[in-house]
Amino acid sequence: MIYLQIFLAFFIPGILGYGGGPASIPLVEQEVVQNYEWMDSQEFAEVLALGNALPGPIATKMAGFIGFEVGGVLGSVVAVTATVMPSLMLMVFLAGLLYRLKGTKKFETLTTLIRPVIAILLGIIAYDFFSNAFTDSGSLHTIILIVASFFMLTKFNVHPALVIIFGLVYGALFL
Amino acid sequence: MHFKIFWVFFKVGMLGYGGGPSSIPLVHKEVVDTHKWMTDEAFQDALAIGNVLPGPIATKLGGYIGYLQKGWLGLANAVFATILPTIILMIILLKLFTEFKDLEWVQGMSHGVMPVVGVMLAILTYEFLAKAKARTTWQFIILFTLIAFVLLAVLEVHPAIIILIIVVFSLFRKEGRI
Repeated sequence: MIYLQIFLAFFIPGILGYGGGPASIPLVEQEVVQNYEWMDSQEFAEVLALGNALPGPIATKMAGFIGFEVGGVLGSVVAVTATVMPSLMLMVFLAGLLYRLKGTKKFETLTTLIRPVIAILLGIIAYDFFSNAFTDSGSLHTIILIVASFFMLTKFNVHPALVIIFGLVYGALFL
Repeated sequence: MHFKIFWVFFKVGMLGYGGGPSSIPLVHKEVVDTHKWMTDEAFQDALAIGNVLPGPIATKLGGYIGYLQKGWLGLANAVFATILPTIILMIILLKLFTEFKDLEWVQGMSHGVMPVVGVMLAILTYEFLAKAKARTTWQFIILFTLIAFVLLAVLEVHPAIIILIIVVFSLFRKEGRI
């Protein structure tokens, strides 16, 4: 039963996340934090933090870890399979058909309409994280962390792993 | 051959930061330039097909290329090589983190990282909006985003329902502008 839940929790983001793995972040959050309540927002933030600090695709890292937390090694395998396989199978079996769909107006409409939806979902999680941070760490520290990491990522192109490490070290010292 | 497939996608998985989409240039370099498994054109086609589908792109692209090279075993090989190393690292590091969670400075780390991840998600939010804007006008994006916001945040409609409606609407309507 738990494996069926794990499968569904990652199958849905896998078949709805248009825009690669990052697009499935808010869809996974919806299932894991809000629907099944396997994790709270804080734990999910930790998964995302480490996921962003490590290389490789983000969707499978999330699935692999959360699946493991909930259902052990088998849970991890189920979660990763549910994430990867549906769209990969479609790609292998329907390559010819999909080839005709690419670049058409239909497909452009699809991605143009889905992207704002994903954006809203990502924005809502970002807002949740900020408001949690204000409550847990106070406004001063939170604002310092937000401003510093924003400039590191956008202005100075600091490696995301280093920005995560900055957050960890700052937290260990001052929070 | 199988060893080569493994090695190529192992490197792609270990060197790509920022999730799957940022590893696409790495895949291109290995598959087209270094090993010449595909022409540039065939690679661009595979990528375009991958983008028509939902789900993580790195494994779709890797699995498909592995499949073209060596069938089902090639597919499994490429997918495992892409994802397995970082999943194992992820589990070990997070377990270690949970182990020491009672220490005050470890809790501090967990708090410190929250706003940083928030900023990363906010940047992703902007990127998704900017990409949507590339194909239409700001006015339309703002209006549509407001509607999506009300549905998702105020009325708490499940995102799956909204995305499914968009998919059905886009695929079955007649050709034309938005």
